[in-house]
Amino acid sequence: MRKGLLLVVAILVVGLALSPCAWAKSKTIKVGINAPITGDIPKVGEGSKYAAEMWLEDIKAAGGLQVGGEKYMVEIIVEDNESKPESAAKAATKLITEDEVLAIVGPQASSQAIPAGEMANNYGTPMISPWSTNPDTTKDRPFVFRGCFLDPFQGPVVANFIKDEFGFKKAAVLYDIASDYPKGLAEVFKEAWENINGPGSVVAFESFTTKDADFSSQLTNIISSGAQFLFTPQYYNEVALIVQQAQELGFKGPIVGSDSWGSAETVKLCGEACYGLFFSTHYAAAGATGATKEFIERYEKKYGYTPDDVGALTWDALRLVQKAIEDTGKLTGNLKNDRVAVKDALAKIKEFDGITGKMTFTPEGDPIKCAVVVRISEKGEFEFYKSACP
Amino acid sequence: MQLFFQHLINALQWGSFYALIALGYSMVYGILMLFNFAHGDIFMVGAYIGFGVATALAALAALSALALPNWVILVLTILIAMYLTSFVGMLVERIGYRPLREAPRASAAITGLMIGIILETGNLAILGAQRIRFPSLIKTQVYDIGGVVVTNKKIMIVVVSLVLMLALNEFIKRTRWGMAMRAMAFDYVVIPLMGVPLNTIASLTFALGSALAAAAGILFAVAYPVLDPYIGITYGWKAFVAAILGGRGSVKGACLAGFLLGFIEIFVGAYLSSSLRDLIAYSIILLILVFRPHGFFGEPHSAKLRL
Repeated sequence: MRKGLLLVVAILVVGLALSPCAWAKSKTIKVGINAPITGDIPKVGEGSKYAAEMWLEDIKAAGGLQVGGEKYMVEIIVEDNESKPESAAKAATKLITEDEVLAIVGPQASSQAIPAGEMANNYGTPMISPWSTNPDTTKDRPFVFRGCFLDPFQGPVVANFIKDEFGFKKAAVLYDIASDYPKGLAEVFKEAWENINGPGSVVAFESFTTKDADFSSQLTNIISSGAQFLFTPQYYNEVALIVQQAQELGFKGPIVGSDSWGSAETVKLCGEACYGLFFSTHYAAAGATGATKEFIERYEKKYGYTPDDVGALTWDALRLVQKAIEDTGKLTGNLKNDRVAVKDALAKIKEFDGITGKMTFTPEGDPIKCAVVVRISEKGEFEFYKSACP
Repeated sequence: MQLFFQHLINALQWGSFYALIALGYSMVYGILMLFNFAHGDIFMVGAYIGFGVATALAALAALSALALPNWVILVLTILIAMYLTSFVGMLVERIGYRPLREAPRASAAITGLMIGIILETGNLAILGAQRIRFPSLIKTQVYDIGGVVVTNKKIMIVVVSLVLMLALNEFIKRTRWGMAMRAMAFDYVVIPLMGVPLNTIASLTFALGSALAAAAGILFAVAYPVLDPYIGITYGWKAFVAAILGGRGSVKGACLAGFLLGFIEIFVGAYLSSSLRDLIAYSIILLILVFRPHGFFGEPHSAKLRL
């Protein structure tokens, strides 16, 4: 028994000694991507991975990353968080402790970014979540940043848009109570709507739990409440089911969404039922100009479809990381100190011109940037409709 | 009142999935005294096979190689998928359960869980993690009857489910195979001594259960057209609860309990709290089981479980 154990230990030690990653830490910068490659929102993970691949291509074409007169090779390590909170925390820990990355980009969804941010902050590793809009992700965490606007901004944007566009008075909300992003945004929206239309103007505030497929009891209640429209800040797989079931139960009003709708999958899964609906998001691919257009065309050519907002935001987040690493001026090779230096450099960035718009940063590490309202056209494309700036 | 009937109709549709899946659990338990924990995943496989068949048939129809109206495609999809999925069920029995027939029941239960995981992750490996949209074969018609809204899909789902349940009942009651199944449920040690082949009956039971699960899978996909490899877990487990509630081994019980489960879930969600739906719904079921530990139609002595 003991001999067997000894043999196993010996093999492990030899394996560790031979593995190249244990020794080649000097001239390579490792950046971790914590993304939902499988699980509920795999399209989001795919977009993150593709954007990272394109960024790496650029770095390689430039011969590496220039930091203080020295060229560093860059390696990207993609870790799957299965779009589960606990796996996201695990993936972050693995990237930090085993893969020894300098910084992490991701996770995307708030339910994963909040626990992963906790890990990154505890281990003193800079992390940027490109897509997480829930305030808790960066709150009191000096090492955690984000690349997008926050829900306290997005909620009022949607509420104001509906008021201006339709002049409605009675709202219904349907959201997933077990997921941080929809829950947070639903509450923010309710508050914003009641600020405009007075208390009691949200006539139905219904919830469900992740993985539910049948929303008939909630939707029946929503319809009987006399709501004029439905706000549902859900991910694309649920959007398809909610929209279809609402229409089948005879709901006639518009259904409005948030930035989680902004995936190519929304239209693929939902089909014609979603045409003509509105949602708020980070950027509109149709009608983009400049660097944004360049990015979209390159992505389309390489992967065969228009990048989602997640792809564009991940690109911006990686560029922010790149800028921060370059701004440090010098990497010491001591991972702990370098991570702190990158964090400090990130916190010092005051203004950044990204492909999802110009942004300035608050002391919390949150950007201030514009939101857009997008309409799903009769061809199933995301059309720019309106923009709203803080 | 309209609202009540609307919820009732919603519950009828929701309950029919549970009832169809619960039948498979119940039949296998009735005959082989084991819970086939892979059954929920067979439901998922059935839905995916249905997706494959429907897509292939629709493509053929589009090429006008085989000009079929869409409702014929749907009927064919259900029949072909039921047929194909029954082989998946028989394979699971042959590989997973037959070698373990003399082993402790716990081993068989664990095998079932493993087969379930293999089916889920196998699907993930073959088709990838992207959600799949089930083709909408029939155009949705919305009927408003005095304030209660019904669609043609809902009617079809409930009718097809009831027809399948009745057909199963007749099969078990009136055919020689059905008689053999009932005999086996009575005692699977003695009956084979009288010349009834145990292996054949076991295969038949798995085939029937899986075919029903496939039908449930396709009907589910018609109502909720977003498929993912894990649908089997959530609904499979809930249907298992229905099988227990109906009384292990009872066909009638499984059907009734499936519908009851649908009703409880929908009405709790509608009238009490949609966020605490499962908590309240399954507490109610726990309470029922406290007073009727063998379910509605189950019998206290396991040797006397009947179909």
